[in-house]
Amino acid sequence: MTAAIDRRTPDDRSSSDGSDLPDAARSGGPAVPAAGATPPGDGPGREALSEMSHPHRARAVKNGVAKGVMWAAFALAMVPLVWILGTVVAKGMHMLTTMTWWTGNQRNINSDDFGGGARHAIEGTLQMVAFTTLIAVPIGILTAVYLVEYGRGPLARAISFTVDILSGVPSIVAALFIYAVWVTTFGLGRSGFAASLALVLLMIPVVVRSTEEMLKLVPNELREAAYALGVPKWVTVVKVVLRTAYSGIITGVLLGIARVMGETAPLLILAPYTKNFQRDLFNGNFPTLPMMINQDRGDFALTTAAERMWGAALTLILLVLLLNVIGRVIAHFGSVKK
Amino acid sequence: MAKRIDVSDLNVYYGSFQAVEGVSMTVEPRSVTAFIGPSGCGKSTFLRTLNRMHEVIPGGRVEGKVMLDDQDLYASSMDPVTVRRTVGMVFQRPNPFPTMSIYDNVAAGLRLNGVKNKKTLDGIVETSLKGANLWNEVKDRLSKPGAGLSGGQQQRLCIARAIAVQPQVLLMDEPCSALDPISTLAVEDLINELKSDYTIVIVTHNMQQAARVSDRTAFFNIRKTGDPGRLVEIDDTTRIFNNPSEQATEDYISGRFG
Amino acid sequence: MSTVTGVSTADQTPGPDGPQPLQGDRASTGRFGDRIFGGAATVSGIVVIAIVSLIAVFLVVQAVPALMDNSANFFTSRVWAPGGDKPAFGILEFLWTTVAASTIAMLISVPVGVAVALFITQYAPAWLRRPAATLVDLLAAVPSIVYGLWGLIAFAPVFKPVQGWIEDKLGWFPLFAPTGISGGTICFIGVVLAIMVLPIVTALSREVFDQTPTPHKEGALALGATQWEMIRTAVLPFGRPGVISASMLALGRALGETIAVTFLVSALSDGSPWTWSIFNGGETFASKIANNAAEFSNPTKTGAYIAAGLVLFVLTFVVNSIARVVIERRKAFTE
Repeated sequence: MTAAIDRRTPDDRSSSDGSDLPDAARSGGPAVPAAGATPPGDGPGREALSEMSHPHRARAVKNGVAKGVMWAAFALAMVPLVWILGTVVAKGMHMLTTMTWWTGNQRNINSDDFGGGARHAIEGTLQMVAFTTLIAVPIGILTAVYLVEYGRGPLARAISFTVDILSGVPSIVAALFIYAVWVTTFGLGRSGFAASLALVLLMIPVVVRSTEEMLKLVPNELREAAYALGVPKWVTVVKVVLRTAYSGIITGVLLGIARVMGETAPLLILAPYTKNFQRDLFNGNFPTLPMMINQDRGDFALTTAAERMWGAALTLILLVLLLNVIGRVIAHFGSVKK
Repeated sequence: MAKRIDVSDLNVYYGSFQAVEGVSMTVEPRSVTAFIGPSGCGKSTFLRTLNRMHEVIPGGRVEGKVMLDDQDLYASSMDPVTVRRTVGMVFQRPNPFPTMSIYDNVAAGLRLNGVKNKKTLDGIVETSLKGANLWNEVKDRLSKPGAGLSGGQQQRLCIARAIAVQPQVLLMDEPCSALDPISTLAVEDLINELKSDYTIVIVTHNMQQAARVSDRTAFFNIRKTGDPGRLVEIDDTTRIFNNPSEQATEDYISGRFG
Repeated sequence: MSTVTGVSTADQTPGPDGPQPLQGDRASTGRFGDRIFGGAATVSGIVVIAIVSLIAVFLVVQAVPALMDNSANFFTSRVWAPGGDKPAFGILEFLWTTVAASTIAMLISVPVGVAVALFITQYAPAWLRRPAATLVDLLAAVPSIVYGLWGLIAFAPVFKPVQGWIEDKLGWFPLFAPTGISGGTICFIGVVLAIMVLPIVTALSREVFDQTPTPHKEGALALGATQWEMIRTAVLPFGRPGVISASMLALGRALGETIAVTFLVSALSDGSPWTWSIFNGGETFASKIANNAAEFSNPTKTGAYIAAGLVLFVLTFVVNSIARVVIERRKAFTE
């Protein structure tokens, strides 16, 4: 690598105190043992002055290659994103620009018929998701409040552990569970409500974890100030802590909604599709966007069916993105600064 | 071993903010120079320009010249990586690599430079640890994690790691401020031994330490918050502490501000 | 907290084991309001525990009768015929397909995901960091059914010639042997799954790389390391538990992914020969259950599917537990 024994050219500039040892006497410096010293060409040795400008070539090359690889990885990750979004927009956009899409349903429309509307599915999805939220959010927030404000010890540990398990449960298993309870055990039929229950299971852990994080960010000084004023604990939690954290909590809820909006497995098992408008969550088949896409799955070779699927997909993505954006905007403007 | 540092009119900027202005000084080879001064006066910032570590922070740049013997550290052909090989640094808080053993910590710099031969590594690790006065304490547990040592030992480990790559200059940024008095003493003794082979520059908050350890002392000061720091005076240590030329130096030494 | 994975490595305040937010907190005075509210919070927590316990219980209870009726070995049989007088069903095919597809997904998504995370935290210029992170997270926002749709219509036709090429050149190796199936092969599904779980790997790895203590990075640089060497010496070793955990979470997701896979599978006909090829078709646990949802008419049949679901539950439970344990140990270490 570099010349190990540095037969340095004599120092032209003598040092100011004139006690510069001659090079030969310095060659046995303390950092290099006298015996078994760095064999020539094998160790860092002492750099010749002129070597200073260039680090070892191979290392510089490796560094450059690593940099290139990282950039390439990012580009690679962007490819499917652009491809998917591009395809959905390109193929689905024209469906969304028709009036019928937003006002009509799929009644009497067969696979090889063109068009039809999606309003039934859009309303269905929104309705189901709203219902899910109504159930999941209070449970989720209260659980998070317990974990942060009240609980210590084995029960809290058990709850925390369980929330983790719940967040890992695949949507199909949650759906099977609800099926096992609702349909098999209680004998009640499939419905939008049953599917909504499965979605509740999927949404709770998201709400719990994000609320927990937000509550932990609220500084203790705020709590102390309230207690010092003689405010009881529950009022402190509701009026001080929750109020401070609420924008972050809302963000978490919105992200949770965005996630369950696209879950199809529970719908497959528990909420069969219908082409009509349906307002009743509790009886019979229920229209949703994912199931509308799934409906035409077998006919994807037909243009008419395919473009309907793309249209529904685009609608779904737009809804999800809208929620994501709103969530991030709220987080940005309302957050508890760390 | 041991080079001489010549700084001419160095100004340090972070973006458009000037942190240090117009420093010129000479550091003799095989000597210890201490930088003292109140908090925020730029002594650590200036120290970091000597091995181009200020560039790690976005926007960090210098104007002026730093010469190591006859090499311009800021020449356009000069790679910061090479500079750091030649000018080593020990930090305020000991920072041994937590996932590595004691042996691996000392050998880290060597391995990065492609030294693979086990015997060579063994030899250099031993000498470096001896040079850092740590060998006897750790020779039986070289494979234990570096983070398991006491604070003072960790700092000496970091010193061993730094000297293992045989730098010409050793920069030390308040190396003892996180250590207890006994470990501090150990490190100061070490500095005394190391100076026969390295050029050492040490930033310290502790004036007594500067008086104990250094041959020359540089006093940095800052006019008011927001102003760039500047070098007020540099001289032999005895003269700085007994008979400084500048009033500000005298005020600082006698504790009128700090 | 990473919004994609719901896991945080940056937890500064103590959890259920640590001290309460206010030490010696006697603010809860036993007043009526406190009792109601505190009670409600506790009940909520207990409800969560109850739900998860019930999931395990119900699944087991409804699977057991079907399992007892099963004339084939549940774990080693490739036959799936839960209906009729003599039900015989085994999950071997699903096990293989699920695990193989998920493994392929891991092999692709973990290196790429870590590289993207390194890119975002170490290499990207400051202005690019947030946008790049948001873009990668966007991959997670796409609903899985859209992945299925895209995979089916847009990606599959592009993938087929690639598969053909590999079969051509490497088909002698059992893993790549052609099976006459194209489209919904294990390999294809694995690639689509890789794209879906990539943001999970990246999100958590990013968090962990960002937390590499600056002293360690500076220590490496001060020794004269190049940027890549600094990453290898300080960032990657520090981030290893986080990367492992992220990979486990991603694996859990891949194992349980339902609708995208359902869209894409090529089901195998009964009696197909066993092959190790990744270009074979086959259904995963999730897709099998999903595709046959309409058949849940008689208890034994339903029980068989529930048994399959139970296996999936256990699989994902184990994988996710590993992930959480790794993160918890790291948190304890850094405190």
